[in-house]
Amino acid sequence: MPHDHLSPSGHPYREDNDQPLTYWQTMEIAVRELLVEKGHITAEEVHAQIDAMDARSPAMGAVVVARAWTDPVFKAALLEDGSSACRDMGFDIGPMHLIAMENTEDTHNVVVCTLCSCYPRNLLGLPPDWYKSREYRSRTVREPRKVLAEFGVNVPTTMKIRVHDSTADMRYVVIPQRPSGTDGYSLDQLADLVTRDSMIGVAIVKQPGV
Amino acid sequence: MEYFGKRWHDMGGDPAGYINPDEHDFSLWEKRVDALMVLSSAKGLMNTDSLRRVLEDMGPEAYATMSYYERWIASVTQNMVEAGAFSPEELAAKMENVRARGDTYGQAS
Repeated sequence: MPHDHLSPSGHPYREDNDQPLTYWQTMEIAVRELLVEKGHITAEEVHAQIDAMDARSPAMGAVVVARAWTDPVFKAALLEDGSSACRDMGFDIGPMHLIAMENTEDTHNVVVCTLCSCYPRNLLGLPPDWYKSREYRSRTVREPRKVLAEFGVNVPTTMKIRVHDSTADMRYVVIPQRPSGTDGYSLDQLADLVTRDSMIGVAIVKQPGV
Repeated sequence: MEYFGKRWHDMGGDPAGYINPDEHDFSLWEKRVDALMVLSSAKGLMNTDSLRRVLEDMGPEAYATMSYYERWIASVTQNMVEAGAFSPEELAAKMENVRARGDTYGQAS
């Protein structure tokens, strides 16, 4: 493999750049160039969009959750209208309707998209592969307790599990429970505990000191 | 499983096996496909519904044999042709041109 030559940036070429060109990759290049040549988009817009998507990560959602844990007025606003509350924090979450669901002592929430791969991508970044898999999409609405156990979350039978099936227009995010032992934590310290999977509902947050 | 009124992509509740937790970092070409969908939608050439309409019409075979972003670029392309952004002939000529540049994605793009 020609890994001994570097790109103009000085970094090795990405592995996918060295693989044999596929039919669908050929189509991507062709479509992108045609759209630019025809004046529908610019190459700069493609770069900027990729940069914007790369900049989105679960860390953004974690900041929202940490604030909800510490600011009851914000939490109420988030539960009332997730889109507005996140926009007010300066997050460009696009046209999607974001709905925040709060985990409590007696209810655990988990998010799926049975029809496709709808996900709060503007708040959390792109969804993981398993979220888009047939197995997750099929089973989460049928046997959520078993699915959660496979992810390592054993929800007691005394607790209710609510499964939220996303649509193109409605994206859900879970507000996990704040762990005990975090009194006096700063917002940053709290946000560090909040993982992507805990906001999908297939994990609980990291425990303090672990 | 076939149900009256239920299409293949409506897989909620279907029997299925173990959820493979493996993940991968998105490669450049996948990010570009994602960007093309977002930008084409922002320009009014397509939208989430038209993206999904083509994906769902591909049928279960495509779901089994094509990767996520392979299905997406197929749908984006179909949408662009339908929107009149370019013709099938222009696409074929451009793909031939791209192929002639080299054997890897890096060389061709």
